[in-house]
Amino acid sequence: MAIRAFRYWLLRYRRTWRGTVVISVANPLLFLVAIGSGLGQIVAPDTRALGGVSYLAFFAPGILAAAAMQNGLVESAFPVSWGRRPGGSYPVAVATPLEPSDLLHGHALFMAVRVTMSAAAFLAVMVALGAARSAMVLLALPAAALTAMAFALPAAAWAVTLSDVEPVGRVYKWVVMPLYLFSGTFFAVAQLPEALRPVVYVTPLWHGVDLCRSLSLGTATWAGSLGHVAYLTAMGAAGYLLARRNYRRHLHA
Amino acid sequence: MHLIVVRHLWVLRRGRPWGLLVDGIFEPFLYLLSIGIGVGQLVVAGPETSRYAAFVAPALLATAAMNSAVNETTGSFWFRVRFEKVYDAIVTTPMRVGDIAAGEIAASVLRSGLSSTCFLAVITALGMVRSWWALLAVPAAVLVAFAFSAAGLAVATLMRDFHHHQYLQLCMLPMFLFATTFFPLSLYPRPLQPVVAALPLYQSIELIRGLTTGALGAGTLAAVAYLAAMGGAGWWVAHRRLGRMLLT
Repeated sequence: MAIRAFRYWLLRYRRTWRGTVVISVANPLLFLVAIGSGLGQIVAPDTRALGGVSYLAFFAPGILAAAAMQNGLVESAFPVSWGRRPGGSYPVAVATPLEPSDLLHGHALFMAVRVTMSAAAFLAVMVALGAARSAMVLLALPAAALTAMAFALPAAAWAVTLSDVEPVGRVYKWVVMPLYLFSGTFFAVAQLPEALRPVVYVTPLWHGVDLCRSLSLGTATWAGSLGHVAYLTAMGAAGYLLARRNYRRHLHA
Repeated sequence: MHLIVVRHLWVLRRGRPWGLLVDGIFEPFLYLLSIGIGVGQLVVAGPETSRYAAFVAPALLATAAMNSAVNETTGSFWFRVRFEKVYDAIVTTPMRVGDIAAGEIAASVLRSGLSSTCFLAVITALGMVRSWWALLAVPAAVLVAFAFSAAGLAVATLMRDFHHHQYLQLCMLPMFLFATTFFPLSLYPRPLQPVVAALPLYQSIELIRGLTTGALGAGTLAAVAYLAAMGGAGWWVAHRRLGRMLLT
């Protein structure tokens, strides 16, 4: 039954994909070209803080993870909060034999497909620009998808409880933007004052950024990567369990 | 015309006016910290770090003025004219279409000018302003806000559907990233330089950067003329199209 819900989102996507291309693909690519290639030209050649690689090679995997987070939320928080309003697709679908958990599974599957597509497009450009340093960069695709879902599932759990889309915009501005700009995406965490670094290390986006970056630069270690994967998986799993409970409570009221 | 401004202030009273200022300067401030100071450390190592931040800060001021102006006239104005039909009622009063256009632009400029002034105060406090000419950056930001408010109003009359906002973003985002916000014009390949220089945001950044760094020249006057012409043209188009839309 979950496949039916999935097919609904797929059908819808066939009608609306043009608008989503702008935010999910064009946005990170423009940042890659402008900041990575443009600003990267004036970054001093002495890049010890970046681990001795060019700014583009440092920045590209970071923005890959940051864009994955953004896409995970765009595919989850906005459509879920919009879909659960009276007359939206969720209340209509639960009036049929579909269960709330079917809606969650189908929609989550669609989110996973979408974020993987966007990440793949970005990764292709990144490799074409020569920003990847290792063949392990291929593993950055599942890593980016995992990062996206680690944000998308908790966001779905939260968004299904909302009665209005407005708080989503606020969270975007006050939570997502700071994460985007300060999780080691644009500059190295090592540049921050000592006291602030632990704060960054506990934020989820940093784990996604560091995972993608170490894979792209070929500096990944088993211990580090598994630690990042475990953190992100735990976050996604917690989000999933919460979402299942919230979907049942709010859609079968 | 002033009645439209009064209406805006009246609507604002129900919200929290101070939230407006925080809203307006929060995002440019984050970019300033992250790219201006964070990436700036990589651009010029050592005690010269603040030089790059002083380069980025006025560009973010211009961008903030642009974003605030465009969001106000395309986003909320578009919603009012297409869905809430506020102006259909207003044109049946003694107010005319010209009053609506001028009032909307004035309200948007007021809002954008206020948040720009606050942002200017922040970057001045952080020591990123290098010249007394920066006092003129407030009227300059108001001019930028006027140019983009009027242009935004003209664009808003052309938009029919929600997804047209996405196309607008597709113009605004590249402009934000490429109009010498983060790196100078000289880094572009020579054939691309005139294209970048023709962008309205580039002219706004030139104007405000010239004032905050004290590097003024003929380009500054050209930028003033460019922005004034853009605002005037936008106003004229918006006035004409709005008149047709509201059937007066």
